[in-house]
Amino acid sequence: MTSLPSLPTPKKLGLVIDLDVCVGCHACVISCKEWNTGGYGAALSDQKPYGADVSGTFLNRIHTFEVVPEGGQVIGEAGEARIVHFPKSCLHCEDAPCVTVCPTGASYKRAEDGIVLVDESKCIGCGLCAWSCAYGAREMDLAAGVMKKCTLCVDRVYNETLKEVDRIPSCVRTCPVNARHFGDLGDPTSDVSRMVAERGGFDLMPEQGTRPTNKYLPPRPRKPLAASAAVLAENTDGAKGFFAWLDGMLDRI
Amino acid sequence: MHPAPSIIIFTTLSGLGYGLAAMLGLGLLDPSAVATKTAHVLALAMISGGLLASTLHLGNPQRAWRALSQWRSSWLSREGVMALATFVPLALSAWFAVIDGRYVPAVGVVGAMMCAVTVYCTGMIYASLRSIQGWNTQATPLCYLLFAAAGGLVLATAFAAIAGSSTVVPATLGIVVVIAAWCAKHVWWIRLRTLSPLSTPETATGLSGIGRVRLFERPHINDNYLTREMGFKVARKHALKLSKLAMISGGAVPILLLVVAMLSGAGAVAVTASVLAVAFYALGVVTERWLFFAEAKHAVMNYY
Repeated sequence: MTSLPSLPTPKKLGLVIDLDVCVGCHACVISCKEWNTGGYGAALSDQKPYGADVSGTFLNRIHTFEVVPEGGQVIGEAGEARIVHFPKSCLHCEDAPCVTVCPTGASYKRAEDGIVLVDESKCIGCGLCAWSCAYGAREMDLAAGVMKKCTLCVDRVYNETLKEVDRIPSCVRTCPVNARHFGDLGDPTSDVSRMVAERGGFDLMPEQGTRPTNKYLPPRPRKPLAASAAVLAENTDGAKGFFAWLDGMLDRI
Repeated sequence: MHPAPSIIIFTTLSGLGYGLAAMLGLGLLDPSAVATKTAHVLALAMISGGLLASTLHLGNPQRAWRALSQWRSSWLSREGVMALATFVPLALSAWFAVIDGRYVPAVGVVGAMMCAVTVYCTGMIYASLRSIQGWNTQATPLCYLLFAAAGGLVLATAFAAIAGSSTVVPATLGIVVVIAAWCAKHVWWIRLRTLSPLSTPETATGLSGIGRVRLFERPHINDNYLTREMGFKVARKHALKLSKLAMISGGAVPILLLVVAMLSGAGAVAVTASVLAVAFYALGVVTERWLFFAEAKHAVMNYY
């Protein structure tokens, strides 16, 4: 059934992604592909994997942006521009257009926890859900002809055969710098909700009216480059003791 | 958006087919003429051909029947349901015309109305996508409806000429609706080319508080499904030229030819002029459809 759940879901499982912390290492991209190519549904295929024109299906990708403040310089050591690494996967929207456009009922949002999934046995691969998603969270698998998307590792988070520490999405488990957090964003007392409240977590493209569950934490304000780095100049002002003597001696030679 | 040939062929063919079927349903052509019987068959063939073409871009066409299930929420599903349901009155009308040589107004009018609803559903598939701002307007289904009606009238003129009957009614109506369709399309194009983007790289990343956002490094070296499907840019360079050519081929030329057909009365000149009008009109609409996809910008490209 591709109508959205009529009531707000009791749990809103999702991710909180910290743009201040992400170093853009792509470990989450690889671990996501590794877990999901052997888990839920069809494998995540690659096309021409050993050729020059390699491409493939991924559920999570890292973009890197340059953000230039008003009047800031772009390049050079004194530049004010900053680099922000930007992980992007399905946001598990509350008003998910990818669910309502689906003609077959393959695309659905779970009423119990809000996870958006694709029932691949019903998917005809028309691609309309990918068109409807402003975030580019869905990619058609060209080998299987079905739509693939982040499952929030639904086959991990409830999986009692895994150790408790592993019952979180693969990307969250893998991130070496803790830039990704998993939890219930419908519960205001959860760690992720508190983090969002404290750090001013925000929605991507709120104007699209999709009400994403996943939240992003903004990069923390940064000191200007000049204020933090000591000026490296070749002088001996302030040298004392042995070094002052050595400096004087060497000058005289 | 990537202009997939299967979708362009589908919307053009089925649009013309539904247009012709609607004009037959409104009783514009003499039901006893052989040309009208042929027109019934051709309309059904174009609609079926279009529907078949639309399944060519599916990843798993063997499950296409499932697309009939979600009519409560999905315009694509509604289109599928309406397309199948519309076959019933259209096939009945075709039966009455081909076998009995008669026109049954009740069945015909119901069929014509259902044709309109089906074409409206096609337009709404695109108009309902907020992520593609250029399509996200009620003017999109209006253009689809007007182009289908105009195509139906141009075709009806050709079949009236072939049957040797008067082309005055279909040709006059055709000229009016062709003009209306291109006027609507012109307004649609002006909106598309002047609208300020709903989403920007700043809203897409939420980083407007720091400054202006520019892509520094893509997430992948080569193209992927998203950039292939949503990132088509070839048309933009020639978009204005192509839209003018579409208006000439699909508007000005068919109108002139319809005038010629109307004034020349029944005969070889009328047949040649009206058949040429169909060809030029179809070429114009294919160009218009190609631009419809190629010019549309998807919000996801704010990340690229």
